[in-house]
Amino acid sequence: MFWNSLLLALREIRRNVLRSCLTVLGVVIGVAAVITMVTLGGGATVQVTEQIASLGSNLLMVTPGQRMGPGQTSAAPRFDLDDAEAIGREIGAVVAVAPSSSRRVMAIFGNQNWSTTVNGTTNDFFTVRNWTVGTGRRFTDGELRAGRAVCILGATLRRELFGAQEALGSKIRLAKLSCQVIGILAAKGQTLMGTDQDDLILVPLRTFQRRIAGNQDVGMLQVSVREGASTEKAKQAIERLMRERRRIGRTEDDDFQVLDMKEITRMLTGTTRVLTALLGAVAAVSLLVGGIGIMNIMLVSVTERTREIGIRLAIGALEREVLMQFLVEAVVLSSFGGVFGIIVALVACIGLTNAFQVPYVFNAGIVIIAFLFSAAVGIIFGYVPARRAAQLNPIDALRHE
Amino acid sequence: MAEFAKRPLIELRAVTKIYGSGQAAVQALRGIDLEVENGDFVAVMGPSGSGKSTCMNIMGCLDVPTSGSYRFQGIEVVKLSRNQRARLRRHYLGFVFQGYNLLNRTSALENVELPLIYRGLSRADRHARARQALAAVGLVGWESHTPGELSGGQQQRVAIARALVTSPSVLFADEPTGNLDSVRGREIMELLSRLNREQGITVLMVTHEADIASYAKRIVHFVDGHIESERAPAETN
Repeated sequence: MFWNSLLLALREIRRNVLRSCLTVLGVVIGVAAVITMVTLGGGATVQVTEQIASLGSNLLMVTPGQRMGPGQTSAAPRFDLDDAEAIGREIGAVVAVAPSSSRRVMAIFGNQNWSTTVNGTTNDFFTVRNWTVGTGRRFTDGELRAGRAVCILGATLRRELFGAQEALGSKIRLAKLSCQVIGILAAKGQTLMGTDQDDLILVPLRTFQRRIAGNQDVGMLQVSVREGASTEKAKQAIERLMRERRRIGRTEDDDFQVLDMKEITRMLTGTTRVLTALLGAVAAVSLLVGGIGIMNIMLVSVTERTREIGIRLAIGALEREVLMQFLVEAVVLSSFGGVFGIIVALVACIGLTNAFQVPYVFNAGIVIIAFLFSAAVGIIFGYVPARRAAQLNPIDALRHE
Repeated sequence: MAEFAKRPLIELRAVTKIYGSGQAAVQALRGIDLEVENGDFVAVMGPSGSGKSTCMNIMGCLDVPTSGSYRFQGIEVVKLSRNQRARLRRHYLGFVFQGYNLLNRTSALENVELPLIYRGLSRADRHARARQALAAVGLVGWESHTPGELSGGQQQRVAIARALVTSPSVLFADEPTGNLDSVRGREIMELLSRLNREQGITVLMVTHEADIASYAKRIVHFVDGHIESERAPAETN
């Protein structure tokens, strides 16, 4: 019986080429749209997470002053090197503390110049920021202690100032300071906000304090917490320690803040998840539209099909034979459309993830859901009208108009 | 078994059919008694709305009576399930309709072999018997043509071939010449009477044309849901 149904179903598909193609097309569009949208959204989420991880997800940033509102910070005393040492010494979970101060300067080499950020820090910077020197070397202890005029360039700086020339060993000018290039940082690319992480120059903190800023201040402490340790606890410990060191009374508010990168990560991934859900919703609409397309085609052909069912019943087909044929037909068309839709989606995903520079993340769940939904629509709307027709008296089905 | 043999092929007793319900109810048949013997050729005549097609559909197991008894080969059809009636049609009955009722965009051969698929015959058997049936109605060489590529007369002959391919006991023809000109109509009628004469197939035919009815052995007149009269063809002419 099944082979007969398959034979009859395939004949029906073949003799109704246009209807079959339109049904398949509906399924293809629905399946392909959903899979593509969700895959792109998923890729974006992964990219965000990866970028944050590249920033160092165990990173706490301690900055002076409290954020008062958008872009405003209350005035508060700066940190100094002792604060950095105290945190490293007294809080167990801390791996490294990188004090840093920065300022916008004009970097000049020969007749090239580039406005950038100069960041005075220590070798702990590389640890907390999870960053490496690509060519050349880090600072030596001697250079750090003595505040020597040496610098490590970000990849962007090297490109803008030196182009194809050799940068290592050359001298560049930062404001009034002339300093020697001892290393080039590995390229990190853009942040999520689109700022170029490689657009910076590192100098020893002491060099920065004495020869660029002219004070002993430390602008910010970047603290790296041991892998697996709670950043939340470390954050609380730092807050307690800093309140003590800065002699903040019990009733007073903090005049500094500790920013946990994990929180930011959570926030940003939350945002991209919302975005993915949004894309998914758009895609779901197209799935629905595809489904309605299928439904339309099936319903439009009901009259013709009802007569066909009447003919089949009149010449002795059993109700279940007719239904089996229609079911097989709907399943074949829907599956074909589904598989074709998945192929289209995969090709589109590969193309689009390349174009948008997001990683390609295969999401088996959505492939299955999209496929099942379209198949269900195809089958239900192919089958239900057929069932109604097959339950008529043969003569009523034959006379259907 | 002896009793079975005495039974007529078709036996209608007090058959009524009401369409719709309540105020809109239409009584199409008001108590029909009719017997048809094996090998008979009966023409059912009457004005439109007289119930002749309704009666035909009931005899063909395409429809069920509202009340009364219908025995086919002694079997009470009214008590059969839908599937049992479908099997009855599959094995004993063939249909030819006024509007041909062929599957569109499907070749003559595939249309004719359709009933054989439901009988579960092998591909080779189906093709052989379908070709034979098409040859019997004079359509050699037209096997691969679709209904759209055939004339009305040819389509009706495909429909007859489809009805014959299962070697039915009874052939029901509802205005088989209704859509044809008189020349094609006569061809179809000669084909039907030859099948009745040579193969002993019982033919039940609805028509409203006297000259078409004259091919039959018996003519039954329907008026207003009753059988008004029954004659031999000679009396009609």
